[in-house]
Amino acid sequence: MLRFTVKRFFGAIPTLLVLMVLAFTLIRVAPGGPFDSEKQLSAEIQERLNAAYHLDEPLWQQFIRYLGNLLQGDFGPSFAYADYTVSELIATGFPVSLKLGSLAMLLAIIAGVAIGTMAALKQNTRTDYVVMTAAMTGVSVPTFVIAPLLVLVFAVTLQWFPAGGLGDWRNLVLPVIALALPQIAYIARLTRGSMIEVLRSDYIRTARAQGLTQIEILFHHALKPAILPVVSYLGPATAAIITGSVVVEQIFGVPGLGRFFVQGALNRDYTLVMGIVVFYGVLIICFNFFVDIAYRWLDPRVKL
Amino acid sequence: MTGVSQQGHSLFRIAMRSLLSSKATTTALALMAIVVLLTLAAPLLSPWDIDSTDWDNVATSPSIETAHYFGTDDVGRDIFVRTLYGGRISLLVGLSATMVSLVIGVFWGAIAGYAGGRTDQLMMRFVDVMYAMPFMFFVILLMVFFGRNIFLIFVAVGAVNWLDMARIVRGQTLSMKHREFVEAARAGGVSNLNIIRRHIIPNLLGVVIVYVTLTIPQVILVESFLSFLGLGVQEPMTSWGALVNDGAALMESAPWTLFFPALFLAATLFCFNFIGDGLRDALDPRDSAGES
Repeated sequence: MLRFTVKRFFGAIPTLLVLMVLAFTLIRVAPGGPFDSEKQLSAEIQERLNAAYHLDEPLWQQFIRYLGNLLQGDFGPSFAYADYTVSELIATGFPVSLKLGSLAMLLAIIAGVAIGTMAALKQNTRTDYVVMTAAMTGVSVPTFVIAPLLVLVFAVTLQWFPAGGLGDWRNLVLPVIALALPQIAYIARLTRGSMIEVLRSDYIRTARAQGLTQIEILFHHALKPAILPVVSYLGPATAAIITGSVVVEQIFGVPGLGRFFVQGALNRDYTLVMGIVVFYGVLIICFNFFVDIAYRWLDPRVKL
Repeated sequence: MTGVSQQGHSLFRIAMRSLLSSKATTTALALMAIVVLLTLAAPLLSPWDIDSTDWDNVATSPSIETAHYFGTDDVGRDIFVRTLYGGRISLLVGLSATMVSLVIGVFWGAIAGYAGGRTDQLMMRFVDVMYAMPFMFFVILLMVFFGRNIFLIFVAVGAVNWLDMARIVRGQTLSMKHREFVEAARAGGVSNLNIIRRHIIPNLLGVVIVYVTLTIPQVILVESFLSFLGLGVQEPMTSWGALVNDGAALMESAPWTLFFPALFLAATLFCFNFIGDGLRDALDPRDSAGES
């Protein structure tokens, strides 16, 4: 366990370095800069600004400086939001995105596993076909189609929930559903496939022969091995939810990190964009690590 | 050698036969074909042009008399024509970006698997590293910084999607490289590159086709995602994603501007996913005993 943790920790370093080098060069090589505006600044002011933010140094030197600051937890100042540091912006945006994302993930896992299990128990019946066709539709309809439709039906026509903004739980309902739906569909498909295989296995037949009820078999014996593929999908699912949040936050006017990112990219806000990429990169790496540990805990055949 | 390549084909043929034997997948294939034909025949089907504005019919609902079969948008452009032309772009991006990812993925995976040892470890470690990248963010950055060029979309999206392909191809190559026909070619003095090109890659055909059908919808989705954010295809060109974005803004007054592009996009993705799934099941070695 300890060896595994240490190994993974050192394994993550090259990943992070590649991530940062890629993002850094991509941002800096791009034409345009953070101080481009309608009004042409005088050369002298431009020079001073560049000097103040160390933009006049060679690229590699800037990168080293950035890394040094990062190690001390300093993401630097934002270029576009004057007087704010990137850390402050992440601190305001992330809690919102986290709430949205974790609720969506929770909903996706619970609903997805439940639906998939139901379809597996009724394999090749009409229920199964209907549910699985619905799930295939869910995989195929993108978030940015679902979200406006949800707004149209539940906010504009029925007026059950507000169409956007931030407030009490009612504001969260539609964005969370929009974010979760494709994942529910995907997880349901995964669960159905593995559950069918597990239910066919010998030890389940033995359990059945011993007279255990369907429910006991399901919860005590079948569920744990059947959700293994779902657990290993959690990594990509997080990435998908983070990406989806960019769109969902845009549509529902939720002030989270996704919106900061798109705005930051459009404003050439170097440090903000870089900060968000690094932040999410670290988050995904950490999350994948926890998923691996959970997987090994669920499946003792896999050794740490 | 011919025996070997015939086996590859017959595996494919078996897959096709079992695919066509299912009513659902046949329907998906037919639907797919209809969408493709419609987008190709777009200019013949409507008197309107992609950017022609009909000021007598602004934001009108679908009607046969005015020849606006899917209605018009807020500047009087015909949604039917725009949906079909948009489909051309979406499908084109889907196909070309998939080709990019196919070429990179197949060569990367085949070389890693065939070379084995250090090279393999290094190449696959690189794939692992790339897997952990928040790629959508890089694509967004690319589009923002380097202009919304359609060729850049192909390359960017393709460059993002080759990782799965590389992993699958590597696995297949590993299982193939000690088979008799490869040993025979090696004994006969065929160069490594030619073994990969002439003997390994043709035998990967079946698996690769499955993943191509599953990659195309992913790629179309990424493109429409970008277009939805306003970072993809630019006016006067359009794509399903861009149309959905326009439609979402008008959905309260003119819901058809959202409905039809969204329907075409979803139906296309559905068909590709369905066919890909069917192919994968058909080729699954666990179900077809006797296939090596």
